[in-house]
Amino acid sequence: MSQGVIQVMDFVPIWTLILGLAVFFYVLLDGFDLGVGILFGLAPDTASRNTIMNSIAPIWDGNETWLVLGGLGLLAAFPLAFAIILPAVYFPILVMLLALIFRGVAFEFRFRDAERKTFWDHGFSYGSGIATFAQGVVLGNFIQGFRVSGRVFSGSSFDFLTPFSVLTGIALLFGYALLGAGWLILKTQGELQDAARHQGRVCLIGVLAGIGIVSIWTPLMNPAIAARWFTFPNIIFLAPVPIATIAATLLTWHALGSRSEVLPFVGGIGLFVLSYIGIAISLYPMIVPYHFTLWESASSDRTQVFLLIGTLVLLPVILMYTSWSYWVFRGKVRADIGYH
Amino acid sequence: MDLDPVVLSRLQFAWVIGWHILLPAFTVGASAFITVLEGFYLTTRRDVYLRVSMFWIKIFSIAFGMGVVTGVVMPFQFGTNWSRYSDATANVLAPLFAYEGLTAFFLEAAFLGVLLFGRKLVPRWAHFFAALMVALGTLFSSFWILSANSWMQTPAGYEIIDGRIFPTNWMEVVFSSSFPYRLAHTVVAFYITTGFVVLGVGAYLMRREQFAEEGRTMLSMTLWLLTALVPLQIFLGDQHGLNTLEHQPAKLAAIEAHWETGRRIPLALFAIPDDKTESNYAAIEVPLLGSLILTHRLDGEVKGLKDFPADQRPPVAIPFFSFRIMVGCGMLMLGIVLLGGWLRWRGRLNDTPLFLRLCQLAMPIGFIAVIAGWVTTEVGRQPWTVYGLLRTAESVSPSLTGRDVLISLLAYMAVYLVMYPAGLFLMIRLVRLGPTPTAERDAEIEAGRPQAPVLAAPVISEENVP
Ligand code: HDD
Ligand code: HEM
Ligand code: HEM
Repeated sequence: MSQGVIQVMDFVPIWTLILGLAVFFYVLLDGFDLGVGILFGLAPDTASRNTIMNSIAPIWDGNETWLVLGGLGLLAAFPLAFAIILPAVYFPILVMLLALIFRGVAFEFRFRDAERKTFWDHGFSYGSGIATFAQGVVLGNFIQGFRVSGRVFSGSSFDFLTPFSVLTGIALLFGYALLGAGWLILKTQGELQDAARHQGRVCLIGVLAGIGIVSIWTPLMNPAIAARWFTFPNIIFLAPVPIATIAATLLTWHALGSRSEVLPFVGGIGLFVLSYIGIAISLYPMIVPYHFTLWESASSDRTQVFLLIGTLVLLPVILMYTSWSYWVFRGKVRADIGYH
Repeated sequence: MDLDPVVLSRLQFAWVIGWHILLPAFTVGASAFITVLEGFYLTTRRDVYLRVSMFWIKIFSIAFGMGVVTGVVMPFQFGTNWSRYSDATANVLAPLFAYEGLTAFFLEAAFLGVLLFGRKLVPRWAHFFAALMVALGTLFSSFWILSANSWMQTPAGYEIIDGRIFPTNWMEVVFSSSFPYRLAHTVVAFYITTGFVVLGVGAYLMRREQFAEEGRTMLSMTLWLLTALVPLQIFLGDQHGLNTLEHQPAKLAAIEAHWETGRRIPLALFAIPDDKTESNYAAIEVPLLGSLILTHRLDGEVKGLKDFPADQRPPVAIPFFSFRIMVGCGMLMLGIVLLGGWLRWRGRLNDTPLFLRLCQLAMPIGFIAVIAGWVTTEVGRQPWTVYGLLRTAESVSPSLTGRDVLISLLAYMAVYLVMYPAGLFLMIRLVRLGPTPTAERDAEIEAGRPQAPVLAAPVISEENVP
């Protein structure tokens, strides 16, 4: 690619899109995956726990890989954001990583380790829950913003702990569990499915409360965000977001009670899409909220182009073979199918 | 002691990467071995290959799972503990890490599911293909991560603007001067490491006699492999050393505990280097050998540490000893391989219990050499994270206090000290169980759905675990 083209083009929008998609895929895929882990703790017996575990055993690794891609994509496209945000959420990240370790090895360990099965079972469900909560805390911190001076985070490693971030942590627990319930409705039958439908409804109430409180609290916390949503004419253009959220909630509620096996999952995804869009509207164009925009944090054009070329080729290929691996394991799972 | 966030972050990084690398050191080789076995089975239909493959897949799956979760920890370290390093180097290094994710991690993850769970769900060739893709993925992963590390050792193709490093030439960045050597030396190291594990397990199964056929297959296959790779590795290490002498002379001087620049220098077999007095105690030296090995000439010049300002020298004792441990392991490996070759030639490979015992003892040798090699490489690079450009002390996140890092370090220690012994224990148990025969291994099962009738599963059921 010639130097001229590089200088004329602005690669920030496309990287914003790619990164936004990568993070969204992560939230969605590891979301249902972690959510299944959370619900796993509520399962009554070993057989149903096995079924629940088997419903994600072949795919969890790929789902978690989106986390790595999201992190590395941020580092590559918006390094300044990476360098400021990660130290600011030092402990939530630590806790998330350690929880993911327990939860990740549980897939292998619990099948091999009969005596300690309950230990690894606990590791799996608490690990999933704690990792989710930690991610919610990171999200809360992100919305609240960080103390920054120059190019570095200037607060303390304990800044992360605020009422707001605890709230987003709890809200995400309900959110992921809702996705997890949707997945289990898809993949299981009978009593397990019924239980998932019931749990889904409880989670939906939690999610709705979470979305509601965050939507009120955020503009109160930050006048700029309030102005963005509630001034004319924005209020008209943006009104579809809350309206669609209410519609999606009603649909999901109904689907959880109906016989549909697909709609609860779709409804959960819809709610996540809408929340995600809502946050993006509030914060755009900031990537280190209230300090640095996407453009100010971007890496050099050479860096962005070099990675873009490969990404545009590889991402479709990845999506293709990943879909194939989902296809191989389609259909309902059973507790007794062969592990390996 | 004062809690220094830099020292503690270094300890933490060494802790998490040191444990992580043990798993790639095994999974890179094991996935290739499994692919070869699946390939042999696909073409010859000999049952023993399937049994051996299924046996290793079970062990591999544990190692791989641990490799993934400890790997996910790694990129976050860059941000949480080394944010100044991230800010300064991301323009150059981040795409390399990201390419690792795009080319390797997704490939491994997607096909791993099929490799582990899909034998009955996909046609045979597709299952073999999945094994191949997993093995390829681990190689791509090695390629990119070692490219990034090599650039940090021997930076090239960059410019510095306002204290941050920007790329000017991607070919030079990706293929920096130490990269070919480091890639070759490390990948071969990983194959060797796996080789010695398989060799030891094979020897163990042969001694147990119950699974003698499988054991012989493992022993024989890997012994051939190691016969080729161990001498190759020694040659590659030698070449790598020449490269280090050229590009990182201070590191090489530390490896050799060599203080005064000179020609016709001796080789220190043993010594106790002292940074303070800038000299060695208790040195056992071979005259001239230093120049000969390092420069391949009797009167080749080798720079001494005193030629470098004290604040640009690595600590000496650690690289000096770790290098000797690595080379010592290499020599031991060569001994074992030569002995095995001799026994094979005499036709006594299968009935020399002492040799089988030796193979069993040698199982961890590759891991020891790999850790020792990396410690040499990384400590020898100090005091720099990016050699000559960015100091380790200037890489750390400014917001961190010593207490913060102490907490996280202790947490990582606690978790790894639960997980690793548990993983090791489970792998040992699988080895003890041996390649248990499976009832339906010959049944041809076409692509089906999980819900379709599934034959008795080839799992070790909990009941027959001793
Ligand atoms: C030469 C090989 C090598 C080296 C030096 C490293 N790794 Fe590694 N890594 C692998 C070879 C590997 C692998 C073979 O590809 C693994 C091991 C088992 C596995 O699942 O993939 C892996 C897994 C793995 C994963 C999980 C991938 C997934 O989600 O599937 C991450 C994020 C990293 N690594 C990142 C790193 C970083 C940031 C390193 C250095 C600081 C590092 N690795 C050193
Ligand atoms: C995989 C095997 C590796 C091992 C066993 C290893 C080991 C170590 C050790 C022991 C240190 C501490 C050195 C000291 O404090 O004196 C260190 C530091 C470091 N290594 Fe590595 N390393 C490995 C690979 C890598 C790779 C692949 C990268 C990057 C791409 C990397 C980047 C770093 C960085 C950024 C530090 C900073 C801390 C420091 O310099 O002390 N290492 N490593
Ligand atoms: C016996 C002859 C050997 C020699 C002469 C040798 C030489 C070297 C040298 C010069 C380095 C590079 C240090 C640097 O400049 O960064 C190195 C690194 C390393 N060695 Fe060896 N080595 C030998 C055997 C082995 C064996 C048997 C293994 C493992 C099975 C091994 C594994 C490694 C690893 C993992 C590294 C770090 C990565 C790298 O920089 O390539 N080496 N070795």
